[in-house]
Amino acid sequence: MQTIDMDTTALRDLNAALQAQANETNQTAWEIVNPKGSHAIAVGLDAPIEVTVKGSTGYYCAGMNKQATVHVAGSAGPGVAENMMSGTVVIEGDASQYAGATGNGGTLIIKGNASSRCGISMKGIDIIVHGNVGHMSAFMAQSGNLVVCGDAGEALGDSIYEARLFVRGSVKSLGADCIEKEMRDEHISMLTELLARGGCDAKPEDFKRYGSARQLYNFNIDNAY
Amino acid sequence: MCGIVGLFLKDRSLEPQLGAMLTDMLITMTDRGPDSAGIAIYGEDDATRSKITVQSETPDTSFATLEDDLRTALGAQVAVTRKDTHAVLKIPRGQIAPARAALAQIDPALRVMSSGDTIEIYKEVGLPKDVASRFDLRSMSGTHGIGHTRMATESLVTTMGAHPFNTGPDQCLVHNGSLSNHNRLRRKLQREGIVIETENDTEVGAAYLTWRMQNGASLGEALQSSLDDLDGFFTFVVGTKDGFGVVRDPIACKPAVMAETDQYVAFGSEYRALVSLPGIDYARVWEPEPATVYFWSHDTTPTRKAA
Repeated sequence: MQTIDMDTTALRDLNAALQAQANETNQTAWEIVNPKGSHAIAVGLDAPIEVTVKGSTGYYCAGMNKQATVHVAGSAGPGVAENMMSGTVVIEGDASQYAGATGNGGTLIIKGNASSRCGISMKGIDIIVHGNVGHMSAFMAQSGNLVVCGDAGEALGDSIYEARLFVRGSVKSLGADCIEKEMRDEHISMLTELLARGGCDAKPEDFKRYGSARQLYNFNIDNAY
Repeated sequence: MCGIVGLFLKDRSLEPQLGAMLTDMLITMTDRGPDSAGIAIYGEDDATRSKITVQSETPDTSFATLEDDLRTALGAQVAVTRKDTHAVLKIPRGQIAPARAALAQIDPALRVMSSGDTIEIYKEVGLPKDVASRFDLRSMSGTHGIGHTRMATESLVTTMGAHPFNTGPDQCLVHNGSLSNHNRLRRKLQREGIVIETENDTEVGAAYLTWRMQNGASLGEALQSSLDDLDGFFTFVVGTKDGFGVVRDPIACKPAVMAETDQYVAFGSEYRALVSLPGIDYARVWEPEPATVYFWSHDTTPTRKAA
């Protein structure tokens, strides 16, 4: 286990050390202490390492992650796991706005609540939220899955493309062109796997599925150039 | 981008440290707002005194005879304490209106930063650490306070463009965001007779609250109606004699984090601003909801009023 103390190590040095790990590194376990809400902790990683942040983080923690598992033993500020490509990010507490934004792949697990714009413009990431999500979540979501074990705020899935949204609790309102859809067997099995991956004991049968009605201007082929 | 910090003490034994705690929080928010900084601090409530804080571009000459001139004009005992470009004028309780009228005669160039029974506002252009040291904010004690670091977007970097803005007796406003209908609203408020001195958007927000309260609204009602009448982005923190409140616009893209323990309620634009507070690791930490007015007061139990 490598331990990096942010009271004595500069952020750039911390990230450079983590980014320097190769695929076959034998230094696979890292611990970051005294994060104190700092920005951009453990960003741009590209190796199968496990990083645990002992405390809460500021903006953009674990952004652009590839392969790595980043565990935040606290809450995360805005833009956690933004543009993640692969790997896993786990937030023990709450996540601030636009968690998992534009994520291409990997898994983001938020054990508390997520704030507004969770999964905005997601492009293949799977996001599993144990609590609630705020307004405008999954805005323009293109692909991937957003699982919400609690409630969703206003305008869920506004202008959504092909992402799948699963919500167990209430949805305050659906955004433009987002509708409730049938839960077929394939969705139950997909959700069963997502819930297991996210460490949730919720029953897939308790969820409703939401997705695109494909009625907006851009879905009409006659509007193509 | 701007930075906001706020601290409301429940534990009176922390009161002597309020200035030091707020100063640390303020300096942490320097990279959100290096242009200028300000602080509103609510101090001791002396039942015989009210306070006016004034600022001068030429403090050496302006403050030289101010105490004598004001004493003569009011016919009452006054005390003037200078701090750098600011001075706190202690006057008999209830004499704010005549004192302000007298100040306008004595030195029209004096700018009133705040007036009330317990509030003092200090604000200047410069890095937060420099502003804090010029006014020795660290040594101040009080029951609660609000600080702001400014990164200017809507108007010039000047003392009068810095926050907090005094909205009424013992009331102040700080803002992170940008209002988009401030020009039209400024003209409307000016027609209603409200004095607005700068091109700053937040001053219009402050004037709006003042105008609503002059027309009978409570602060809570004024904040509630600001959600309908102000267009743009805002996280507002307001101070009153006995507490402080928070409201965010419905989009809520301007950040806000709150923390509460048995000893205090704290506000920060980012969690970073709160990390040095005592017991923060065990505090309840959360984000205030959009379009929701929150208020904490020494006089009443905490309220959360849904929009």
